[in-house]
Amino acid sequence: MALRELKVCLLGDTGVGKSSIVWRFVEDSFDPNINPTIGASFMTKTVQYQNELHKFLIWDTAGQERFRALAPMYYRGSAAAIIVYDITKEETFSTLKNWVKELRQHGPPNIVVAIAGNKCDLNDVREVMEKDAKDYADSIHAVFVETSAKNAININELFIEISRRIPSTDTNPPSSSKGFKLRRQPSVTKPRCC
Amino acid sequence: LNETYGAVPVLVMFQLFLSGIMSVNGKKVLHMDRNSYYGGDSASITPLEDLYKRFKLPGCPPETMGRGRDWNVDLIPKFLMANGQLVKMLLYTEVTRYLDFKVTEGSFVYKGGKIYKVPSTEAEALASSLMGLFEKRRFRKFLVYVANFDENDPRTFEGVDPKKTTMRDVYKKFDLGQDVIDFTGHALALYRTDDYLDQPCQETINRIKLYSESLARYGKSPYLYPLYGLGELPQGFARLSAIYGGTYMLNKPIQEIVIENGKVVGVKSEGEIARCKQLICDPSYVPDRVTKVGLVIRVICILSHPIKNTNDANSCQIIIPQNQVNRKSDIYVCMISSAHNVAAQGKYIAIASTTLETNDPEKEIKPALDLLEPIEQKFVSISELFAPTDMGTESQIFISRTYDATTHFETTCDDIKDIYKRMMGSEFDFEEMKRKKNDIYGEEEQQ
Repeated sequence: MALRELKVCLLGDTGVGKSSIVWRFVEDSFDPNINPTIGASFMTKTVQYQNELHKFLIWDTAGQERFRALAPMYYRGSAAAIIVYDITKEETFSTLKNWVKELRQHGPPNIVVAIAGNKCDLNDVREVMEKDAKDYADSIHAVFVETSAKNAININELFIEISRRIPSTDTNPPSSSKGFKLRRQPSVTKPRCC
Repeated sequence: LNETYGAVPVLVMFQLFLSGIMSVNGKKVLHMDRNSYYGGDSASITPLEDLYKRFKLPGCPPETMGRGRDWNVDLIPKFLMANGQLVKMLLYTEVTRYLDFKVTEGSFVYKGGKIYKVPSTEAEALASSLMGLFEKRRFRKFLVYVANFDENDPRTFEGVDPKKTTMRDVYKKFDLGQDVIDFTGHALALYRTDDYLDQPCQETINRIKLYSESLARYGKSPYLYPLYGLGELPQGFARLSAIYGGTYMLNKPIQEIVIENGKVVGVKSEGEIARCKQLICDPSYVPDRVTKVGLVIRVICILSHPIKNTNDANSCQIIIPQNQVNRKSDIYVCMISSAHNVAAQGKYIAIASTTLETNDPEKEIKPALDLLEPIEQKFVSISELFAPTDMGTESQIFISRTYDATTHFETTCDDIKDIYKRMMGSEFDFEEMKRKKNDIYGEEEQQ
């Protein structure tokens, strides 16, 4: 079965639950006190989609979204972006549009965009109507789901929907135009003092 | 900003790099940058429109330049030595994860108005017209000597005292001619002047070893270059620091560095003061604590053709040794292209640079530009090089040196190690740079 590596980057304001969504997806757990500043560099999970294996390489912001200091590298080569807002905080939905703009500016042209309205377990303090968010997502051809990382609602569905939207033909450039990762040299040389 | 930070690095890759290591070692780091992008002088400028603006060229890039966003143009031309210190730092910090590299296709040296490939294999060396047959034999003997040389094993010295014998005498010992000496000192040991000839030979021998060990890693040349430009390096280090809790602010104008009793206590920006115990910055933030040490001219040239006589290499370095053009310092050309995702399809970026010696910079750089013609667009800059006069002992302000004219990062890494030592009071140790916790979750990386 063909294995495809898909880079996914997370966007959205601080505290909306970006890390928690991935944490739930990758480790199937939830930590209400997850440290806000210290992120994981990479989180990975492979899922089967039709006759392919999709290995998601998920990049967390590592807090760099706080002062809008995400580097172009963060978006580079992403197959999909998940933009998260908090359904109980109106302002996190209004800034969503800025994140979409940022993504259009820095992200790859054919990136799959998914919008996740997180914390849907807190329906009684909701400030963002599901329909408003859905309409907006439709207007920019984005995937849309309301999620709860805490109660594991729609988390897998979010990624399945992303898999569905990823173009099936591999549009990766031929390997000759790709670079390589640096590795440690198999230690044949004796250690040298520097 | 109402927290006290251990160190506030401002700008440039190197500061980013130090902020990476400081964060890994538990220092609380706040990073402020007056620019809207990471890396200061080591950034790659994108889109192309921004480069035109930066150099105050009238109008927009013409349509022949393709999409502006396909460009990532370095301001400082450099490659990484495949076995050099920066590669080691990238490996230890695992910043390698965020980066993809290509090997530079060739290294060339200028002799008598022509360029020759620096041989990368013994077969190439034997076939090269760079030197005559007898010279080749003597040169080969010299290379074998260098390869076996081990500064910790006097049996490999063969009568040479690494700390006393000059390099001039070592060349004499192997009976090498002027052309071979030029080639060895400038294209292999990568010296920019001939001052090294009268210095003890150990440093030169180690530099030649670094060259050949780097060459042995990937074959074609000893140099590596990251896809999307050198600006990826500071971004990678910024991410490392952020993962360890570093805070990042771009577009932060720095109003004042606040000093109390001769010691830095904070940085003022937009009316607020971020308090800190130590400050790292580049010379542009502290003009009263640095001194001018030289001038460098750099000409960024956009070409629509590979450089002549390089066998259509998509990337290369050309060294014009000073002797060949009656100068005191070498002229360098670094060329990269669309193959590195730094230019639109079919375009090449060649950056010529040298340390200025006269009042006629354009004339000084001309021998390099002549090799590149026809040039579609030129961007000329003359930069002052600064070195700190305040070493930070009292002030706790640690200032980097400006990027010099070398085409690799070895001197930059020496500067990083030096600042680390002054800040931390202990020698720089690569082991200290290892990540202190697991930060990869999910499945094992299969790479």
